[in-house]
Order: sequence, then structure tokens, then C-alpha cells
Amino acid sequence: MTDTTAARAFVRREMLPPQAPPPSQTGAIRWLRENLFSGPLNTVLTILGLSATAWIVIHLYPWLAHSVWNANSLSECRQIIQATWGEDATGACWAVIRERWPQFLFGFYPSHLYGRALLALVLLFAALAPVLFAGLPRRMLWLSAAYPALGYWLLWGGSFWYPAMLMAGFAVAALAWRALSARGALVAMPAAVAAALVWWFWLAGPVTAGLDAALPLAIEAVRSDKFGGFILAVTIGVAAISLSLPLGIMLALGRKSDMFLVKALSVCFIEFIRGVPLITLLFVASLLLNYFLPPGSNFDIILRVVIMVTIFAAAYIAEVIRGGLAALPRGQYEAADSLGLTYWQAQQLIILPQALKISIPGIVSTFIGLFKDTTLVVFVGLLDPLKGITDAVRATIEWKGIYWEPYIFVGAIFFAFNFGMSRYSMYLERKLKRDHR
Amino acid sequence: MSIADEAPKPAFRLSMLIYDTRYRSLTIQVVVFLLVMAGAAWLIDNTARNLQALGKDFNFGFLWNRAGYDISQRLVEYTNDSTHGRAMLVGLLNTLLVAFLGCIAATVLGVFIGVLRLSPNWLAARLMTVYVEVFRNVPLLLWILMIYAVFTEVMPPPNAFRPNAEGVTAAQMVLGDSVAFTNRYTAIPDPLFSRSLGNIDLGIFLVSVDLLAILAVLTGSWWVNRRLLRHATAVQEATGLRPVTWWKSLLIWLVPLAVLKVALGFHLGYPELKGFNFTGGINVSNSFVALWLALSLYTGAFIAEIVRAGILAISRGQTEAAYALGLRPGRTMSLVILPQALRVIVPPLISQYLNLTKNSSLAIAVGYLDLRGTLGGITLNQTGRELEAILLMMLIYLALSLAISGVMNIYNASVRLKER
Amino acid sequence: MKTSVFLGTLTAAAALAGSVSAATLDEVKARGELNCGVNTGLVGFAAPDANGNWSGFDVAICKAVAAAVLGDPSKVKYVPTTGQTRFTALASGEIDLLARNTTWTFSRDTDLKFTFVGVNYYDGQGFMVRKDLGVSSAKELDGATVCIQTGTTTELNLADYFKSNNLSYTPVAIETNAEGEQQYLAGACDAYTTDASGLAATRAAFADPENHIILPEIISKEPLGPLVRHGDDQWADITRWVLNALVAAEEYGVTSANIEELAKGTQNPEINRLLGTEGDLGAFIGLDKDWAKRAIIGAGGNYGEIFAATIGESTPIGLARGLNAQWTQGGLLYAPPFR
Repeated sequence: MTDTTAARAFVRREMLPPQAPPPSQTGAIRWLRENLFSGPLNTVLTILGLSATAWIVIHLYPWLAHSVWNANSLSECRQIIQATWGEDATGACWAVIRERWPQFLFGFYPSHLYGRALLALVLLFAALAPVLFAGLPRRMLWLSAAYPALGYWLLWGGSFWYPAMLMAGFAVAALAWRALSARGALVAMPAAVAAALVWWFWLAGPVTAGLDAALPLAIEAVRSDKFGGFILAVTIGVAAISLSLPLGIMLALGRKSDMFLVKALSVCFIEFIRGVPLITLLFVASLLLNYFLPPGSNFDIILRVVIMVTIFAAAYIAEVIRGGLAALPRGQYEAADSLGLTYWQAQQLIILPQALKISIPGIVSTFIGLFKDTTLVVFVGLLDPLKGITDAVRATIEWKGIYWEPYIFVGAIFFAFNFGMSRYSMYLERKLKRDHR
Repeated sequence: MSIADEAPKPAFRLSMLIYDTRYRSLTIQVVVFLLVMAGAAWLIDNTARNLQALGKDFNFGFLWNRAGYDISQRLVEYTNDSTHGRAMLVGLLNTLLVAFLGCIAATVLGVFIGVLRLSPNWLAARLMTVYVEVFRNVPLLLWILMIYAVFTEVMPPPNAFRPNAEGVTAAQMVLGDSVAFTNRYTAIPDPLFSRSLGNIDLGIFLVSVDLLAILAVLTGSWWVNRRLLRHATAVQEATGLRPVTWWKSLLIWLVPLAVLKVALGFHLGYPELKGFNFTGGINVSNSFVALWLALSLYTGAFIAEIVRAGILAISRGQTEAAYALGLRPGRTMSLVILPQALRVIVPPLISQYLNLTKNSSLAIAVGYLDLRGTLGGITLNQTGRELEAILLMMLIYLALSLAISGVMNIYNASVRLKER
Repeated sequence: MKTSVFLGTLTAAAALAGSVSAATLDEVKARGELNCGVNTGLVGFAAPDANGNWSGFDVAICKAVAAAVLGDPSKVKYVPTTGQTRFTALASGEIDLLARNTTWTFSRDTDLKFTFVGVNYYDGQGFMVRKDLGVSSAKELDGATVCIQTGTTTELNLADYFKSNNLSYTPVAIETNAEGEQQYLAGACDAYTTDASGLAATRAAFADPENHIILPEIISKEPLGPLVRHGDDQWADITRWVLNALVAAEEYGVTSANIEELAKGTQNPEINRLLGTEGDLGAFIGLDKDWAKRAIIGAGGNYGEIFAATIGESTPIGLARGLNAQWTQGGLLYAPPFR
């Protein structure tokens, strides 16, 4: 390398101060260029997007701007709109929501008992919190365990002892299990089931009657036909998803089992349920279940729907949990085996806690799907918020012909609820991912 | 040789059925089997006794009785004198039609939106996010009802196409007076053949020979064209020069079709307003279009998420490598990213197809008579055979689901990473 | 062998668990509540108000039966049923009585095994069209699009009528009356067909009823009435005679206003037997003497009063009595004698 610097007239020794970027590269213009008009395709997309948005706003805005909140009937609404905004004006008549919102939320639940339903909802969140957020004290799980009885009692009313004694069956089973678990799961499990059955069939009735006489703890009863709207959707959705969890876990384990028959049965069940539309299962609930049960037995349509929706959800939950089980490294199973744990010990202590944790986002999305699907109960004559209640409202003379407003209202509530749930599920997914790295 | 070989064979004891791992699983399976059989027997026994108590029997004879009701959209010959079984077939075909077209539209929509959600265009990405969230989080039933209502309320009724007293028509046909959007249906031209080859009677339904002829010609063209391209590739591999083939391809595709068109006397029957309705064309009912659109838009939102996840699963290095090779973004997507993403996309896509097919049973909300509307609706109602009708309906849906997942699984196996 | 023993135990347990099907009357009394199947919402016939209180023409039957059997017209559990679920709900015992404008037909009576206890409304299927369509007879509806509710007899009648008149039509299937109205008003169908009473009710609620006409053709007979299951004659008798009592009360001039007065005894032995001041007709159907009196009070009056209050000419539905007038007034209502 020869020294040529000396021959040069000028050599820069220090850097020039940076110049301000050209105007096209700064601020809003740069952002626009980069994000909206970076190429012909993007420009077209931007223009299309803008015009679509503009079209929607132009067509919807007048309707929304001409909203009427105070009216007693649709025709009154229309009169007000025409009087205020001219002959041809169209506008939203939210008065129907203002007047009928309790029905969209509670159906025909007695209005002086709304507090009870709301309390049940608040307690539901309290009971779910320890399950959903790991940071909370574990003691709160007792509330979760007690919630089914409590929630049922608050919603349907009647004697507290009836749901409590029903739940006590599980306590009896747990006691039997604990007493006999030393003799092995294969002895303890049938014994526990038998103990629970004995309790439910022969002991629960007299005990309930006795407790009722000794300590009457009853509140005003509400019949199932009073349920409707979102209270019905939430009741069916929550009941079905929580009842389907144990069933789904058993099915998922059955599907992964080494035993041919158990596996085959689980697969058949899961694939059958997943292969038919929910609406046919609801028809089974409303039309066929009475054929399948002993002659003369007859129970509430909501309960029948919950049973079928539970079965439906169980098949989907089973697939979610199967995914969770498959995501566990093989080493976990082998480690459990090498410690000499039995199958049930291994599942209980090692496999399921991990698999369930991974499955929670999937379970939440199953719940979202299920919650949306509760609107289908309208086809078996229940008053769901979307069509059942809306039709009932439209069957009155005042609100005949009202169409968009109830749908938008119900859709907005569904959206808010489900969007929140899906955000939670995404938060959880991110958190779980970090745990594994 | 040694004593160890002669370990005493323990005699079989009953407790070994529970405590010996060799027999335990057998025991459990036998118990499970007995329990399941007992449960099934219990259900069947109940059903039999209930049926007896109601004085009903279990037979499918009603399927051969006269149906007596009309179905507006029918893909095969059907009148109200046909049997309930035939009505069921009409319904099944309607289900298949909306499910098939729905799957196609949802896939196209889903891929498009999934790709746009990842687009650098800020506005497009945001709009697509809004679309996906709004459609995913609101019940499908609401979308079906809303879209149907939009059709009913916004489109003009057929008589708006007729000039009124002042000679003004409130609504116009589009595309050179060949298509009319009304609030009942969309009237489109009907393909007709003046020298039709007739139909083949397959016993259950008629198959148009014209359609078969067109399919045969198209298959032939496709096959010849493939030969041509193969040949071109072979030449290219041998000589390095690819012969020009585009005009040959064009000829191969167009000439036979043109010949067939003349031979069959193909022409379009244009819809015309006569009496109350448009006649002469095909009237595609709004209930079908609304259901199809709602199913596609709803499922499309889910597919978009699947596609997005699939694309995100492909490592960034793939894109960079493609760019390094000089591929443009569009080609990178279609040649490098999507084919790889397909492996991640296909399995969840199958379950979306299944969902769409099952969700098509909501058709009754807009009065589209699908399987659930005919067999599980009117037939069930008129005959009072709920047990038979619902079981049959469930079986058909199950068979449909199994068939779809079977076909898609074959496809999945073909795109799966070939590992050796 | 083992299985069959096990099965036997199970079925025995099942028989114990499920209540042995008792007489409906005893069941209702034990339950303290009448399960009554009604429409999910049809103005005038059965619709819940903002508080979930049901009212309407069909609902009055439920109230009357509850009042006669249980002594309290409010002890009714209204089970909303769709066109599809109504018969199963009755057959399975979910409801004790179906009062949901259901047409009495041969096959429903015999094949579906139900007992129609009478007719509370004589109806017929008609057509409604816009006036500006220029149609004055159903025979001119060739090629029209017709809106029709699925799951009803109207569907079959429609097909039969157009077939026998050699006309073609396009059916638009709809699920509820509210949807039918919307479709019809938007012009998505040229004609709307359902029971004439339903048409009148629908038309009455339009903003411009004068622009719609109901065509003169009545294409079917639709005797609507309450029904019960086959096999419990006592229960069928009770519901039948509650209905007859409402009709008879109008004929004899017994109204909710004068019933207390008349129940003290009148010169008319027929009224005395009806209201239980003479003889003990209630004992024959397992009820007490005052059953009919309670039924009339519970339902809100005699047949005429119920009609006037729910669907009559002074209501927005505005139906004329027509065929549903007493036989003495030229109608078809004719209660058998209480003797």
C-alpha cells in the first residue's frame, strides 16, 4: 500500500454534522409513505380500504346519528325521527333496548331477584379467578369447588340443602377414596363411585329432608322457564364447560390409553360427537332424550340441554387436552414410570397438572365457541338472547317490525365478552410460552 | 441347566386379575366392555319400552310416503308428489352445495385476509384485524340473520324492475340486462343447449349428457396440455431452451370447447320479468346466497387466523433467502412461504371445513331447505317420526364429516414433509 | 348370563327412579302446577309481556284448566314450543296440555296418538297480498312467490291448492311469524299465507293496513284446538269440558261480572248444573263442584269475553267472530249439554 494521501489536496479529518433528512423521509409523510403508499399494490390496498371504510361510515352514520332513546313503540320512534330530522330520515330506535334490556339480559327472571343473579355472576368470576390466574392464593380454590352448589342455589333458589347435599356426594366419594386409596386405585375407585351412588340414591333424600326441617335455609325459587337472554346463555355455557372438563379429561386419557377397547370406545365417542352438528344434539335433548330414559322420567329442558351440550363440549375438550398431553415431552412419562408411580399417581402428580396448564388457552377458545353456540337453543324453544328474546319482543304490538337494534345490541354484548376472553387466552398463551423458555 | 430356569410357575389366582399388570388391562377392558354394553342395552330397552308405551314403532317406511310439500331450490327433480326420501336427497344435495361452495369461498377469503393481516400496509392490516375479531367473536347465527336481512331490505323487489305509470323503472338489471339482483333471488342467465344430448337416468337422479360431454372435453384438453408441457420441460432439460407453448396451450383449451359449443348449440337463456317474477334464467335464492356468504365470511375469519399462524411459523430466513435469490414479494409468498406454511395450515383447515359443513345446518334460520330443513324439519314434523328422522340425520352428517376429513387427510399426507 | 342379571338390576332401578306413569290429573295436583305448551310468541294468542306474564287466547285455556284443577289460574308453567317441538313435548309428558293453535287433523289424532279435546278457534288458510299488485283472487297467483311458515299444515295445503288449480309458485320457507312479516313487507314475497286469523292479526299491526288485502279464498279448514295425549281419558274429559264450560257460559249468558250472582242459584237448571249449585258434575271428572266456575273466572270470563279481550274487534288484532260465534248467532260454537 503506497502512501497516496500526501498527494491529495484535501482529506476530511472530522465528520460533517448530519443533515436533516429530506421532508419525504420524516414525520407523518414518511410514515404514510412507508405504511400506506410503499408501492403500487399497497397504494391500491390503501385506497380500497379507505373507500370501504368511508362507504360504511357514510351509510351507517346518519342512521346512528338519528338515534331515539325515548319512545314507547316503534311507530312513536319513527314519528320522532321524522319530526326531528325530516320526512325521509331513517334512524336507530334504541328505545327498545332501553325498555326491554332486562329481558335481553335476564329473560323473564323476576326483576326483584336480579341482585341474586348478579351475585351468582360475581361469585362465578371469584370462583374462576384462582383457576385462571395462578398468582392468587390457593385457598380460594375451595370457593371454586363449592361454586356449583352455590351458583345453582342463587339462580334457581329453593332449599340450600338440595344442591349442597348433591355436592356432598362428591365429598363422600373423596372420603371413600382417601380411606381406601392405600389398597390401590382399582379398589378405591369403584368403592368411591359406589359410595357416591349410595349417597345420592338412598341417603341424600332423607338427609336433605332432615336438614330442611332442622334448619330451613330456603330462598324464593325461580322456575327454569323464567330463564332467558344472557343469563341462560351464561348458565348453559358455564355449566356445560365445567361439567365437561372431567369427562373430557377421561376421554383424552382413554384416547391415549394402551388398552385397545378403551381407546376404540373413546375415539368412537369423540369422533361421533364432533361429526354431527350441535343442533342435532339439541334436537336429541328436546325430542329424543325422553325416549332414551326410563318411561315416565321427565326433567327440565334446560337440564336436558345442559346434558347434551356437556357431551358436545366434552368431545372438544378431550381433543384440546389430548393436544396438551401430546405436547409434554416423553421424558415426563418416563420419569414418572422410573419413580415407580402407578398410572393414576403419574397422571395426577405429573402429567395432568402440566397438560392442563398448556391446555387452558384451548379450553378458553372452546368456551368462546360454546358460548356463541348457546344461541342455537332457540331452535328447541328456549329464549336465547339473539333470536328467542328478540322474537318475543317483536311479538308485542309496540315493537313489531324492529330488527337491527336488538341484533346490534346482542351482537355487541357477545363481542365484548368473547373479545375479552380471547384476549385473556392470548395473554395466557404468551405467559405459558415464556415459562417454557 | 440352572435352577433359575425352572422358576416355579405361580398358579393363577383370581387376585392376579387386578394386581398383575399382565392381566389387569384385560380385566379393565372386560369391565369397561360390560359396562358399555349394559349402558347401550339400557338405552335400547328404554327406547323400546317408550315406543311401545306411545304405540309407535321404529321403521323407516315413512321415507317412501308422499312428501306433499314443495322445496324451492332443488338440484334434482322433485315435486310435492315425490317421497320423503327424495326430499331428504334434495336437502342433502343442498347441504352439500352450500358446504362445498362455502369451503371454497372461505378458503380464498381466509388466505387473502390472512396474508393481508401480515401486510406492511398499516391500514389494510388493521382493517383485516378488525374484520377477523368482529366475525370471530359474534355468533354465526347473528351473521346469517343480518346478511339475510340486508338482502331483504336493501335489494329491490322484482316489480321494481317494471316501468311504473310514468315509465320509470326503480331498479335496473346489470351486465347488459342479463343479471338482476332482487330481494328474493339473483336472476342469472341459464346455460341452454339447443341440440342437447339428453339425460342419463341413474335411477335416483338424471345426469345431463351435455355436462358429461363438457367435462370429458375439459379433461381431454387438460391431459393433452399436460403432455405438451411435459414435452416442453423435457426439451428444456435436454437443450436448455424452452419451446414457446402458450399459443399451443391456448388452442388446446379453446378449440375443442368452441367446437363443442357449436355442436351442442349452446346459448344463454336470459331472465325476463314475467308476471310476478323473473323467468327464463336461473334464480339463485337469497337464502342460499346469504347463508353461503355468512358461512364463508365467518369461517374465513377463522381460516385467516390459521393462515397467519402458518405463515408466522415459517422462519424469517426463508423469506430472506427468497429475497436474496431475487424473488419479488408476491412470488416469495406463493412459491416459498405458502407451500411450506401449508403443512401447518392443512390440519386445522380440515376442522374448519368440518365446522362449516356442520354450521350449514343453521340454514333454517333463513328458510334454506337443507338436510336439517327437509328431513329434520318438515318431514319430521309432518310424519312425527322424530326418532328415525334425527338418527338418520345424525348418521348422514357423521358420514359427511368422516368423508371430508378422510379426503382432507389424504391431501394432508400428500403435502406433508417427506422424510426419508 | 352375568350381563342379563346386571341388566335386570339396572332396569329395576330405572323403574324405581322414573315415576310410574300416573294419571295426569294426580300428577298435576301433586306438582301443584299445570305444564301448558304454548306458542313462542304470537300476538293475541300467546305472548309474554315485559314481565314474562303470558296472555292471549290460547293462554286463557291454560288458565282455565289450571283454575279448574288447581284452583289458581296462575299455577301454570308456560312451555314455549316451536312448530317442531310441540308434539314431542306433549308425547313425552313434558307438558300436560298443548294449547298452541294446532290444527286438528286425522293423522295427528290417530298416527301421532293425540286427543283433540275440541275446537277453540275455527280457522282457515288464506292469502294476503299488497293492494297494488292488482290481484283479487288466489287463482291469479300463478308464478308468485309465497311466504309460508314451515312445520305447519299450511305448507301441505298450499302445495295441494296450487297443484289442484294447476298453478306454479315459489315457496319461501320462514320459521316465525315475525320473519314472515318482514319478508312480506320488504316485498320478498308476493303473498303471505297462514291461518286467516294470523293474517288479520299481522295486517292489523302494519303501519298501512289499508294497502294490503286478504284474498277471499279460504283454501283449507283449520280447526284449532287444545290437545292432550292418548290414553288418559279422565284428563281428556277435564280439558274437553273446561273448554265446553267456557263456550256454554257464553251461551247461557254467564259472564265474569255476573257469575258470583248466578252461582247462588238461578231459575235455569242448565246454569245451576254448570256452576255446581245443582248436582255434582265435577265428581265425574275427579273435581269438585265449583270447577267450572273457577275455570270461567280464571280464564277471565266466558268464551266471548276471552275472545273480545285478546283477539276481538276492539283489540289491535280486530278479528270478527265469524265462524266462532255461538250456534245461536250463526256460528259453529255448540257446547254439548251439561247434564
